[in-house]
Amino acid sequence: MRMADAGFDYRPLAGAVPAAVCEVDEPQWSAAAEAFATAGARLVALWGSDRRDLGEGFVVVAAYAAADGLACVRLRAAGDPPSYPDLSSRLPAAARMQRALFDMLGVRARGAEDERPWLRHGAWPEDFFPLRRDAGGGRTFDIAQERYDFVTVAGDGVHEIPVGPIHAGIIEPGHFRFSIVGEKVLRLEERLGYVHKGIDKRFDGMPLVDAHRLAGRISGDSTVAYAWAYAMAAESIAACEVPPRAAWLRALLLERERVANHLGDLGALGNDAALAFGLAQFSRLREQWLRANAEVFGHRLLMDRIVPGGVSIDPDAGALGRLRAQCDDIEREVLTLRAIYDEHAGLQDRFQTTGIVTPELAARLGLTGLAGRASGQSRDLRVDFPSPPYDRLRVQRAGDARGDVAARVAVRFDEIAESLRLIRAIAQQTPAGETRRELFVEAAAGFGIGWVEGWRGDVLTALEADGSGRVRRCHCHDPSWQNWPLLEHAVIGNIVPDFPLINKSFNLSYSGQDL
Amino acid sequence: MLFIGRQILKAGICTEKAPAPNDAWRIDGERIQDQILRLLGRALAIRQVDAGSCNGCELEIHALNNPYYNLEGHGIRFVASPRHADMLLVTGPVASNMKIAVQRAYEATPDPKLVIAVGDCGCTGGIFGESYASCGRVSNVIPVDVAIPGCPPPPLEILRGILSAVAAKQP
Repeated sequence: MRMADAGFDYRPLAGAVPAAVCEVDEPQWSAAAEAFATAGARLVALWGSDRRDLGEGFVVVAAYAAADGLACVRLRAAGDPPSYPDLSSRLPAAARMQRALFDMLGVRARGAEDERPWLRHGAWPEDFFPLRRDAGGGRTFDIAQERYDFVTVAGDGVHEIPVGPIHAGIIEPGHFRFSIVGEKVLRLEERLGYVHKGIDKRFDGMPLVDAHRLAGRISGDSTVAYAWAYAMAAESIAACEVPPRAAWLRALLLERERVANHLGDLGALGNDAALAFGLAQFSRLREQWLRANAEVFGHRLLMDRIVPGGVSIDPDAGALGRLRAQCDDIEREVLTLRAIYDEHAGLQDRFQTTGIVTPELAARLGLTGLAGRASGQSRDLRVDFPSPPYDRLRVQRAGDARGDVAARVAVRFDEIAESLRLIRAIAQQTPAGETRRELFVEAAAGFGIGWVEGWRGDVLTALEADGSGRVRRCHCHDPSWQNWPLLEHAVIGNIVPDFPLINKSFNLSYSGQDL
Repeated sequence: MLFIGRQILKAGICTEKAPAPNDAWRIDGERIQDQILRLLGRALAIRQVDAGSCNGCELEIHALNNPYYNLEGHGIRFVASPRHADMLLVTGPVASNMKIAVQRAYEATPDPKLVIAVGDCGCTGGIFGESYASCGRVSNVIPVDVAIPGCPPPPLEILRGILSAVAAKQP
């Protein structure tokens, strides 16, 4: 469905990806949700901001992926206390975002079924809403622990396994509550928000040209995707077009980040299925990859290499040649390892038919990114809305419809192959020229969008500038918001020991969704 | 099996030499007593705790287990419970929502114990600072012996920090 089909007046936004904003009233807000849901369009993100000082009250925005771009539907939340009509009954992906929005801003989704807090665990009082402009961000509170009502499963022989927040491994924290009978999982309920560190509030008042550093630390494994999405939003507001060389180098960094994460995950997936050989081999390749990052770009994880207006790096032809040669080496090794994985009976026995998300369920609940492509959801921003240089590179989208661990492994292998092809093409075709243009942000006020296909899925940045070169409001959205609830479904009926494997096959971000 | 064997032989052994310790990172030299060092020797069990990091430090801590750094070859391994640990390796600013869990992990770790704060956030609170949602540096919540700066510190620096914490201090 195209944006105009909903029948609203859209104001297009400048920038590298197609996006537009429309103002609606409450009946239109619900009608838009109905129309997009009926057409199978995905809810990308939901956020709110306090614009009382500008006479607009509290504003909530729902962003939908229409066929011709990102549709930002904007509503002034009326009433005291302020509220807006619930979206989650029509779009289940909205449920946790609505709960988080209330915790942060005190604006309630009217009619929502689940009103439990999501990000607020009791570390700050119920009536303190950090994103209200009159709430002091530096305030600290005595920490209490609040009771959280998990859904309980009753029946003969049913018991619960609570896991976390600190997990048995080098992993981010979160709580999982399993209801099981014997070894079989009847239900999994996630409780996240443990690494909430007030990022949205921290953005408030940061210089527009510096805040990419914070964006690049929302989820360390996706620092390139976040920094690019942030820069794209800032450039949209300042009407700055990045030099062609900078755009090509950004894509080079993004594809290198994708390969690094896929290499790490493929090793860990082998290990979780008891093939330690896989971890040793893939972690060796990942280390070689990260060392090349350090050598050519000066940072192993590529933090702060993308800056508003361009990039902070300028590799010479020799360095690009070395990166190209490395792609050949890595490709050869990955092909060998893929053959070993494919033919390893014990490994395939663990991978196949484990943790299935059917394409129907994936479509209904809005599964996105890599996991979505492994469940028949053929979306990839690099293909659907190719911003430069992807418009010239013609990305081949990976896909699989099986929806199990094996499918998510296969998509990773396919995407490594495609990214290696892209890196070779970029290293060969990157045009000469400047790598950074100055961003004139002093007078820039308004709203901008950045939308980038990171390795896990699409990362969105919605940015408001205040007209004096500072961030007024910045909300970054991680694809993990959409995908975490699907993990709860994927694990049903599987045995508890397969949970780590299923979890790893999604490899979702805690920090990215906790903010 | 044949292919696995061939790949292992082809890849060879890529483990590198361990770095020298850096005493400057020690926050409180007094806490690292000879007794601890005698007890730990060269077999060290570490419980890693993410107290609120962006996951960048975790990626580099993971890398310590790859064949290049071969952490287990130094007698150092990661364990699943603080009760089995000699050392806590803590990353991130301590998120307010994680404060109680971090304190409990510290209490559950048997004495004598060492605590290392990893990364700029663990050392100073980093870019996130202190706020309603962040308690800032790790030492605001539990006692810290060694703090390793960097965003994130590369694996070699983390290894150096771990060795700094356990290396016998010459008088």
